[in-house]
Amino acid sequence: MADNFPTDSIGLVEPVVQHFNKPLMLDCGRALAEYDLIYETYGKLNEQRSNAILICHALSGDHHAAGFHREEDKKPGWWDSAIGPNKPIDTNQFFVVCLNNLGGCKGSTGPVSINPLTGKLYGPTFPIVTVRDWVESQARLADVLGILKWAAVIGGSLGGMQTLQWTLQYPDRVSHALVIAAAPRLSAQNIAFNEVARQAILSDPEFYKGRYYEHNTVPRRGLMLARMIGHITYLSDESMRAKFGRELKEGKLNFGFDEAEFQVESYLHYQGRSFVGRFDANTYLLMTKALDYFDPAREFNHDLVKTLANVQAKFMVISFTSDWRFSPARSREIVQALLRNRKSVNYVEINANQGHDAFLMPIPDYMAIFRAYMQQVAKEVNV
Amino acid sequence: MIAEGKKLRTELALITEWIRPNSHVLDLGCGDGTLLVHLRETRQITGYGVEIDHHEIVQCIESGINVIQANLNSGLSDFENDTFDYVIMTLALQAIERPDILLQDMLRIGQEVIVTFPNFGHWAARMHLLAGRMPISRALPNEWYNTPNIHLCSMKDFEHLCAQLDVKILQCAAVDTAHRSTPAMKRFPNLMGEVAVYRLQK
Repeated sequence: MADNFPTDSIGLVEPVVQHFNKPLMLDCGRALAEYDLIYETYGKLNEQRSNAILICHALSGDHHAAGFHREEDKKPGWWDSAIGPNKPIDTNQFFVVCLNNLGGCKGSTGPVSINPLTGKLYGPTFPIVTVRDWVESQARLADVLGILKWAAVIGGSLGGMQTLQWTLQYPDRVSHALVIAAAPRLSAQNIAFNEVARQAILSDPEFYKGRYYEHNTVPRRGLMLARMIGHITYLSDESMRAKFGRELKEGKLNFGFDEAEFQVESYLHYQGRSFVGRFDANTYLLMTKALDYFDPAREFNHDLVKTLANVQAKFMVISFTSDWRFSPARSREIVQALLRNRKSVNYVEINANQGHDAFLMPIPDYMAIFRAYMQQVAKEVNV
Repeated sequence: MIAEGKKLRTELALITEWIRPNSHVLDLGCGDGTLLVHLRETRQITGYGVEIDHHEIVQCIESGINVIQANLNSGLSDFENDTFDYVIMTLALQAIERPDILLQDMLRIGQEVIVTFPNFGHWAARMHLLAGRMPISRALPNEWYNTPNIHLCSMKDFEHLCAQLDVKILQCAAVDTAHRSTPAMKRFPNLMGEVAVYRLQK
């Protein structure tokens, strides 16, 4: 059966849903009385339970990080390039856990779930969750799985922020932190992009203040626009030029506004449209807020050095030269603060022209570093 | 950064003798991390390597050495004043765009600085120049047009720079490319030494 899948694929995987009854107090002051977390695991947990890896997903990611759900699936999980047998995160050596974060729309409790108190969909009433709330919920999942300490927590972009938060919130539960294409907080420019995306959704007449489900519709245009602007910021000028140039779909100008003329327009439309079919607008709003709010140094008088004074994890920080959404300079802020605390830290800036998206791609230099580091992690946990 | 091929064992031994146990060390242009591994094993040091080459960085990681990817020509602004007991740079000074500025930056972040460089005052180099050609030797194997060594100097030149920058020379040694030190090198370092090794303080 699994013959259809590439040999370095984990193959067929199945998500598991874990229900939690213990209320979760959230940063916003509200609580979730009960909730579900959907997750997947790849590889085997060893007897000492020392080989567990947590993967944290980014803005539009989910629990399906690697492998395939069905024989006929064309696309594997979102980070299949890095997770699988003999891949950098080697499932022959590690037990890999990835979950859909609270507020998500892929099976963990979020706006498209039923609120047990009302019997109706949460919709816009779902509380705003933070990176700290996510780490708390992830720690509870670790408890259920019997994982006292992660061999590594790994994440890119918003996932990198969760990784950083883990080292602050549970310093003794993380051996290694791989913080990839991330930042210690968003810049004003980044928040601005998020706000344009949110306004696109909020101003769509079909948004109905978040209650679009009750009107049997979705804010299709708003969500599509949000995704389009997001996508522009995930690519670099260079990669867009290489991918699309100024190529015209029909080879000629049509002197009109009706349809996409340039290939790049067509690409953005496609990305926007396909996103509408697989993502919830309320979840998108929540995820962008979690990004904007993340700023662990705020509690330390905006001093990142003090913020990181008590971390125990060893760090691997990776950035990409052409990433302007989470630029190398932002990753270096984390590195500088760790250096000043004399913490164990490696920093690598990968030469890549793919922009922010590079962190999901199997770039040979990136994979070589990733693999070398994970082998060190494997040595330490005796797998 | 290193044009002269592999750093040699004896140079490591010499530098190791100068390092106090349990120090915090920064190795600029650390290559595959050989020196840091050696210092970790023999002097129980902590610290980091700085390297620009991707393949060398992979090897550092495989040796469990903490490495920061950076270009030394961009300065050391990631590091705070007086952070390290030693800042070391072996056989890279001559390939730096502004050795004088980097040297001062090294002294800013480290209590002591250890640098090594190929000595342009070595008799073989002088012979080449007398014959009207740029020197090529075991310590300087490249042709003038493809060498990364853009700022060659003799030990005398280097000491002149130290005097100008008000840098204290705590210790100095001259060795050959096998990093042996003979009596002649001790007597006439600038003439007989192929590689110069200095320990400095501001």
